[in-house]
Amino acid sequence: MPPKQVTADLHLKDRAGSIFDQMMPIFATLAALLVGAIFLMLLGANPLTAYGALAQGAFGSFNAFAETLVKATPLLLVGLGTCIAYRGSVTNIGGEGQMIIGAILSTWFGLTFTELPGWLAIIIAMLLGILGGMIWGGIPGILKAYFNVNEILSTVMMNAIAVQIMNFLMRGPMIDPVQREASSQIPQTARLLESYRLPRLSPTRLHLGLLIAILLAVAVYFLLWRTTLGYRIRAVGQSQPASKYGGIDVKKHIVVALLLSGAFAGLAGMMQVYGVNYRMITDGSATGFTGNAGFNGIVAALFGQLHPLITIPASVLFGGLLVGANAMQRVVQVPSALITALNGLVVVFVVSSEFFRKRSQKRRLSQSGTEQAKPEEAEMQQEAGEA
Amino acid sequence: MKKVLTLVSVLLVVAMFLGACAQTPVAEPPAAVEETTQPLRIAVVSPSSINDLAFTQSISDALMVLKAEMGEGLEYAFTENMFVVDDAAAAIRDYATKGYDIVIAHGSQYGSSVQEIAPDFPETVFAWGTTVDTFGLPNVHAYEAASDQGGYVNGVMAGMLTKSKIIGVVGPIETGDAKLYVDGFVAGAKSVDPDIDVRVTYIGSFSDVALASEAATTHIAAGADVLTGSAQMVVGAIGKAEEAGLYWFGTQADQNAFAPSTVVASQVYHWEGILREIIALRAAGIMGGHTFSADLQNGGQVINLNPEIELSDEIKAKVEEVIAGINDGSIVIPKP
Amino acid sequence: MISDLLSATVIIGIISSGIRLATPYLFASIGEMFGQRSGVLNLGVEGQMLLGSFAAFYVTLETNNVWLGVLAAMGVGALMGLAMAFVTINLHATQGISGIGFYLFGMGMSNLLFQKLVGTVEGVKGFQKISVPLLGKIPVIGEIFFNHNALVYLAFLLVPVAWFVLNKTTLGLKIRAVGENPEAVDSLGVSVAGIRYLTVIMGGVFSGIAGASLSIALLNVFQQNMTAGQGFIAVALVYFGGWKPFGILGGALLFSMINALQLWVQVLGIPIPAELAVMMPYILTILVLTLSVSKGQGPSALTKVFEREG
Repeated sequence: MPPKQVTADLHLKDRAGSIFDQMMPIFATLAALLVGAIFLMLLGANPLTAYGALAQGAFGSFNAFAETLVKATPLLLVGLGTCIAYRGSVTNIGGEGQMIIGAILSTWFGLTFTELPGWLAIIIAMLLGILGGMIWGGIPGILKAYFNVNEILSTVMMNAIAVQIMNFLMRGPMIDPVQREASSQIPQTARLLESYRLPRLSPTRLHLGLLIAILLAVAVYFLLWRTTLGYRIRAVGQSQPASKYGGIDVKKHIVVALLLSGAFAGLAGMMQVYGVNYRMITDGSATGFTGNAGFNGIVAALFGQLHPLITIPASVLFGGLLVGANAMQRVVQVPSALITALNGLVVVFVVSSEFFRKRSQKRRLSQSGTEQAKPEEAEMQQEAGEA
Repeated sequence: MKKVLTLVSVLLVVAMFLGACAQTPVAEPPAAVEETTQPLRIAVVSPSSINDLAFTQSISDALMVLKAEMGEGLEYAFTENMFVVDDAAAAIRDYATKGYDIVIAHGSQYGSSVQEIAPDFPETVFAWGTTVDTFGLPNVHAYEAASDQGGYVNGVMAGMLTKSKIIGVVGPIETGDAKLYVDGFVAGAKSVDPDIDVRVTYIGSFSDVALASEAATTHIAAGADVLTGSAQMVVGAIGKAEEAGLYWFGTQADQNAFAPSTVVASQVYHWEGILREIIALRAAGIMGGHTFSADLQNGGQVINLNPEIELSDEIKAKVEEVIAGINDGSIVIPKP
Repeated sequence: MISDLLSATVIIGIISSGIRLATPYLFASIGEMFGQRSGVLNLGVEGQMLLGSFAAFYVTLETNNVWLGVLAAMGVGALMGLAMAFVTINLHATQGISGIGFYLFGMGMSNLLFQKLVGTVEGVKGFQKISVPLLGKIPVIGEIFFNHNALVYLAFLLVPVAWFVLNKTTLGLKIRAVGENPEAVDSLGVSVAGIRYLTVIMGGVFSGIAGASLSIALLNVFQQNMTAGQGFIAVALVYFGGWKPFGILGGALLFSMINALQLWVQVLGIPIPAELAVMMPYILTILVLTLSVSKGQGPSALTKVFEREG
């Protein structure tokens, strides 16, 4: 066979293998759903009906798909923050609190300053959301860098503190004046002005936030792969031992990582208010407002292999899973607790599947001639090739 | 190995699509013909668990009562744990799309969602609780519980039972139904004797049972000999009251059976009365616009006295008197 | 009004409440400490606690034997620990996130099993208070320290035992070494994976007991989501305690006693918003750690994947 043919074949196989590796999270999800099918059967539900309903609820109609996209938006934003942060070797589990503070700040603004043109208000609100998230992420960052307070401890505490702040404000100073008089005393703010709300694609609930998030994803991609700063961030994330000897570098990167991922989470919080509910409301817990996006966003990023562009379809798929699972509950009437358990299974399986993906990737790389390269170098080469 | 994985995955996805296609007929709303053979379809969306011995359990109990009454004539679907307003909105919209006749949004935080969704489904009756706002929409009912009434009655009893003149309240967050009940309770206790010290603690969570139990312990150590509280985490507090041999007053669900020697009375919601009215109105062609209140007069609220606990005739008479007073308006429960 | 807080009743109340509240943290945190000392971060403690809590409740309800309940909790915790160990050690899963998966799974499963197997909220006859002979009769001190149930005593006894195991036994040495320098340990012929499996499963067992301490000792009831985030606090306390058992004891007591304090603040009617009171333990924990001089270095190999070369 002429040499060009051989290389072409190898290249094709390599491409196919590469795509296969990227699909690993999907295989993992399906595996988790298979396990879930056992539980469904034990509960007396037909897994085919159930999963059919899941698929239908996620992608089965224009409205369903819109709902999936609405769910995916905060996941994508938190996921983007994770993409950056993770490469600074920090897992930010303070997303829940950062979403809340970002939302509070932007909502307060929107309700207090009501004389501005809509587009300006939205931009300022976005900036405030980012600021709120940065503050709430920055505090753990600073505590880590200058006081050696572990960020897992500080973010867990900050999450709880944020919930209490939200509860206090929602039932107190920021409560809707209508509610203050009413007997129901619902802890919610007043609604935002019509002009301040993010435009929607009627009759669905799909709002402009998704587009903004996608644009940000592209921006993050450019940051990470086309700027010097981005290269440095990625390099630090890749070679831990080298950066450890750098000392200060690591510290600063933790602060920056928490600031940036906090910023995205804060923006996600603002989007929930300005794009979905048009008011802020609390049920006393963090999850009531965030829908666990602070955690699930991290998973979405992993789903997307920490690549900002791949995180987009990953968030959509994960969002679809969450939306579809709820739809499934409605059709087969299983307890919602099963949905939570399934969510957990998917997370565990997807996180575990990274192992198989990396191993398969390594094998492929060594086959296509980079046998002498160290795994990290190969990965960087791989990423450079994909970028 | 790769081929097997790919094949299996493809098969799974195909199976899901087949399952999804099989769904489509179900998704279409049934014909809007007044056939008496068609069961009434009700859907409920609620923020906490179906057996939380509190808010959600009360609406679930109501539907079970209706189901027992109507048998095959009623079909209902229940989605619990919708504490994320987004998900609840999706659920409400979904049930309406599936052609459920009545969709009950059993959570005060669902208001905005109902306001948005109801206009899109003029053939569906929406019931929103616990609140009074129907947004002026023709197909939205609102219902609430005048929990301050039951709170007042409980407070009166507590005021008469306390010897130390100190009463403890364990609440979740100072909002909504909890606040209403507590305000009524305090007013009731004070009406017996204005010197009674009712101490209220809000522990900041609906689910932290351990903290609720320590709150009760703290009240007891501070001298309280009668306790009450609201929301699902109070089971921890009831346990402590039981341990200390003190009295507890329950709300939202019948807690008497949980601690038979401790719970003097429970204010129980019977939403079925309101639901029956909503169903009747719908049969008469009225799709919304009404506000309902579950109060002591219409049986929406009932004070279940615990038969295992001996109450003096004086107290029982007072209870009757107070309930009558609330019903005929002679007793007005002051707002704080 | 603030001076009310200085009365004897209040101080006694705060300390004894603090001791009770600290119990689940002690179990879960020390278990997590062993895992982290060997290099593994488990954020799924909350899920393990919830499932352990339910298992203990259900078995005690059915068999009327509290110790069987504890055993059930330990078993369930061990299983979850085993799964976590496999996923972390063999599959090199990202530790922070796999933990979240187990948390969600544990929460969902415990609620599901509760709904299907028990159905209604009911109490259970759990561990009864045991007064330590002689010591329990000492005025004031006896009331605070020596009138608790068996699991409370066990939780506090665990602290010196854990310290001893960690610092004075070969096993403890191996655990610490694996967490600092797994390559060196490996070259000496000790199985890094083996040690980590042990500590992670141990962590699961202790989280299970922590859950049991809630449902069949302190509260004698099971409610859905009853741990309300305590599992995460337990993980945070490991950092607070500088990965040392006595440090964790300090952290658990600090957090719990301030929680008890804020309840007294509310009960005595001191006019601060309830939310501010509730925030106190969280804020103070961060503050104390920020201001404390010695923070302890974490195990160098914490969350890093170990792969045997060659």
